Amino acid sequence: MDNKKNQRLLRDVIYYIFVTAFGFLMVYPILWMFVSSVKPATEIFNNALSLIPSMFMWENYPIGWQGFGRTGFDVFFRNSAFVTTFVVIGTICSASIVAYGFARLNFKFKTALFACLMATVMLPAQVTMIPQYILFHNIGWVNTFYPLIVPAFLGGAPFFVFLLIQFIRGIPRELDEAAIVDGCSTFGIFWRIILPLLKPALVTVALFSFMWTWDDFLAPLIYLNSPDLHTVTIGLRNFMDADGGTKWGPLLAMSSLSLVPQFILFAFFQKYLVQGIATTGLK
Amino acid sequence: MAKLEDLEYTSPIQAELDKKSKQRAIKESLTGYAIISPWLIGFLALVIGPIIASFYLSFTNYNLLSSPTWIGIDNYVSVLTNDGRFRQALTVTFIFVFVSTPLKLIFALFLAMLFNTGRKGTSLFTTVYYIPSIIGGSVAIAVVWRILFGRNGAVNEFVQALGFSGTNWIGNPDTALSILILLVVWQFGSPMIIFLAGLRQIPQELYEAASVDGASQITKFMKITIPLLTPVIFFNLVMQTIGGFMTFTQAYLVTGGGPMDSTLFYALYLYEVAFEYLRMGYASAMAWILLFVVAIITLLLFLTSKFWVYYESEGGR
Repeated sequence: MDNKKNQRLLRDVIYYIFVTAFGFLMVYPILWMFVSSVKPATEIFNNALSLIPSMFMWENYPIGWQGFGRTGFDVFFRNSAFVTTFVVIGTICSASIVAYGFARLNFKFKTALFACLMATVMLPAQVTMIPQYILFHNIGWVNTFYPLIVPAFLGGAPFFVFLLIQFIRGIPRELDEAAIVDGCSTFGIFWRIILPLLKPALVTVALFSFMWTWDDFLAPLIYLNSPDLHTVTIGLRNFMDADGGTKWGPLLAMSSLSLVPQFILFAFFQKYLVQGIATTGLK
Repeated sequence: MAKLEDLEYTSPIQAELDKKSKQRAIKESLTGYAIISPWLIGFLALVIGPIIASFYLSFTNYNLLSSPTWIGIDNYVSVLTNDGRFRQALTVTFIFVFVSTPLKLIFALFLAMLFNTGRKGTSLFTTVYYIPSIIGGSVAIAVVWRILFGRNGAVNEFVQALGFSGTNWIGNPDTALSILILLVVWQFGSPMIIFLAGLRQIPQELYEAASVDGASQITKFMKITIPLLTPVIFFNLVMQTIGGFMTFTQAYLVTGGGPMDSTLFYALYLYEVAFEYLRMGYASAMAWILLFVVAIITLLLFLTSKFWVYYESEGGR
């Protein structure tokens, strides 16, 4: 009996050592980035592995904030915040009402249209990327925020619509019927019944759409040319190309700063994120 | 309404009701279209329209400045027969997808199983392991990767401390692709969470019954866990494979496709052709070839699924 207990204890110890050590390896690159962002330039390479700087070079942050050329990171952060805010708002508004339509209303060709929606989830972005660019080019939207924001108001990522459809299907139909008896209109049911109950799912959608938009690189790369419009991702990449050889500390400082909004959201809402992935298989 | 239709005899009142319900159906259809109109407009303008345009453009020469000129299947012919970089891109992408996807799923499953043993602190560990998935695609992490795996980076310091000679991992054609694979496998957090959710749905009674019958851990794993998890494995496999073919940002930022095209991912080459050389027709043809390749692979996965994916109820996942 005692032997068995010891064996279990031993297995527990091995488990925790392994899981902790491997977990440390997993977050090492991230810890390294934060620590190196306050390291003196020489230590980023000469004492590269270490996570304990000999002194804290907080100056890396204000130096990095200045950016390069004539554009500072205040501009990049403002642009990212602007684009992300509108994408999140657009996605929430349009995806929720479209999902309501698919989940609750009957209209002709609904099955076929639903199949189209699902097909676009799987469609490689590369196929539509070029003609979309040509379209936006022809209507003069290149080098504006419109190509990044407007699609969000037109349903957003089909994944989100799908997630919300699934969620609405779980809301009892009796609630709708009771509202109809009370004289509620179709839109009234959405506004008064569905939307309030949809809140947890909308939080998940808002979080993912924030994370993806904040991180997005390809769309800003294609559509935004002038430095005044660049988002943090593009600014950071240009910073790396322009001053990467010399200003490693400030570069890492701005890299760390660029991840702060995501970390804050993750810290507060990780439950919603984890649930979102577990139930729908989102990224 | 189904009940009304079941009646064989149609009374005048019935006919009136039918008419009313037809009108109501039309009204409901219109309301329905109004409600889904944001998506419908987006679908027509940003998906269907572009798909048709892309198909047309793939048979033309188009540089955005002058109007497209029809050249028939020339783009396809030269992509497939006369473009060494296309072949290189396809090879690199295949190696990348077929190495990184299984590795990612193995790590995800292995850790999900460890976290499903009911020990304390699981949710904290899950969180920690999930963090790379959230930020792994960011420019910031690309910057970190470039420094960590550079000539004087932390990885070389570690390797040299072990007594091996380091290398410039990113600048060396033999190692650059592995560095990108590592970056992607590192983000196994989301399939891990999906696996974990799947594992928690396996009824405990099955394991208890197997224990009574004297089954070993390995037998339980092979005969209970894996079969019941195959739908989830299949889902993850399809999603990660498709995602793998689209990989762009990390390659663009960490290696830029080099050295010597050793990390020239398909999406990266397509971007170059379209937006650096402005060969929109040629790039459109490449996009259709990509769509074709991805469709074939997805189809193959679905066909093989009959032989190894186990659905408990026919409704399945």
